[in-house]
Amino acid sequence: MKEFVLIFRLSNNSDVKPSPEQMQERMNWLGSIAAQNKLADKGNTLSLSSAKTVKPDNIVTDGPYTEIKEFISGYVIVKTANIEEAIEFAKANPIFKIGGSVEVREVIKRDE
Amino acid sequence: MGEKATSNNELLPHLFRLEYAKMTAVLCRHFGLQHIEIAEDIASETFLKATEVWGINGIPENPTAWLYMVAKNKTKDYLKRLTIFETQVKGAIEVSEFQAEQDFDFTQQTITDSQLAMIFAVCNPTNSTETQICLALQILCGFSVEEIADAFLSKKETIKKRLLRARTNLRNDNFQIKLLEKAALQSRHDAVLRTLYLLFNEGYSSRSNNHLIRKDLCSEAIRLALILIENPLTNTTKANALLALMCFQSSRLDARANDVGETILYEQQDKNLWSKELIEKGNYYLVNACSGNEISKYHLEAGIAYWHTTPTDNNKWGHILHLYNQLILMEYSPITALNRTFAFAKVYGNEQAIKEAEKLNLSEINYYYALLGYLYADIDVDKAIAHYNSAINLTKSISEKKTLTKEMERLQSKG
Repeated sequence: MKEFVLIFRLSNNSDVKPSPEQMQERMNWLGSIAAQNKLADKGNTLSLSSAKTVKPDNIVTDGPYTEIKEFISGYVIVKTANIEEAIEFAKANPIFKIGGSVEVREVIKRDE
Repeated sequence: MGEKATSNNELLPHLFRLEYAKMTAVLCRHFGLQHIEIAEDIASETFLKATEVWGINGIPENPTAWLYMVAKNKTKDYLKRLTIFETQVKGAIEVSEFQAEQDFDFTQQTITDSQLAMIFAVCNPTNSTETQICLALQILCGFSVEEIADAFLSKKETIKKRLLRARTNLRNDNFQIKLLEKAALQSRHDAVLRTLYLLFNEGYSSRSNNHLIRKDLCSEAIRLALILIENPLTNTTKANALLALMCFQSSRLDARANDVGETILYEQQDKNLWSKELIEKGNYYLVNACSGNEISKYHLEAGIAYWHTTPTDNNKWGHILHLYNQLILMEYSPITALNRTFAFAKVYGNEQAIKEAEKLNLSEINYYYALLGYLYADIDVDKAIAHYNSAINLTKSISEKKTLTKEMERLQSKG
């Protein structure tokens, strides 16, 4: 089994609380992966308001790093046989309903 | 005389189990775990004497008090013989580790403390699951090897071997049974809860077809959990959650089996047979369990069991699905995955749930096929029948086989 990080990106940078329905959809999505025993780490949601970006020469700016217009809203780590399977999980995520995207990246294990 | 013998036959096995475990715990705490056999010998001799004497004279007014008096005297005799051996035969050189104890008693407090200590001594995190339950059944619940074998659907020899290994571990473990120290109690708290949880499940979803033994396992698990609740050191929110779970599940025990021991599915159960008393107790312990911030898997399972006691409205299955989602994130198990899918079907319909179910691919588990059979029943009868067939082939329990066969035959007659 390989591990893949699913990185969630959103372009709408308001820290709105998700509705109960959205919460439930996310939870069902995550629960479905866990029920297949393919969840390596349930990950975390990353805060937008409590965020700073540190740059060279001790420059600290407010907010997340958004050179591109999207910022990272959270991540989850799945364990699957290959990247295609991880992509299928990503496709089912409800983030697309609110204009987000998912980046799928294989984790490179240090001692391999 | 004939009458006496009958009531003896009913009273003794019950008393034996209940008091044997308590008596052994007290004696063991006195002698130390290394000498558990001495404790068990004295307890066995006491019950042997009870069988003899009560068979002739009838049962005394207070059987329990009688038993403890005899046990106390037998212990005194044993210590006296030992002292004579140590001082006169071996020549007073070695001081016996037993001698100093003069205040040997069987008061209620001693019994309760000893039982608690024994629970913690027996529940060793290094034991394997099955070994752990066997040992708990024998030492904490006073079950015979035959009864354990019956509960596990195993051969007596297998159980004996398992117990032998477990008891060697127990003696070598050096767990300090005399003191009820906070640190020791905390370090083993999770192992204890896990054992009681497994013990209860063994009864609740047992392989055994013996309904009485299954009920006994459940009530023993509850009895032991109550001992934890009684002591402030072990009365944790987790322990309360576990006890709440046991109460809720037990409330349906009588509704789950019909007169001939066949399993009755949840949806077909006569809700009037659910024990209101146990449901209320469950509510009580669940409220206690929620007094802290901690959420354990026992909290989640108790929550699910709570919703099962409520009528079908107020988004009941939505709540259950949510709790199953949390549970599966906390700890994966195939059964949780399947139960989650059942709840998913209740919320989103069978067609959606079939997709979820087929992703699980748990092709070695009978319940996987039973679930698919259930989900396909109104969608594709042939597929449903094929799945029920697979489920029946994988099921060992006779009563479950009957239930599944009935359902399959119902579908066949439709098709």
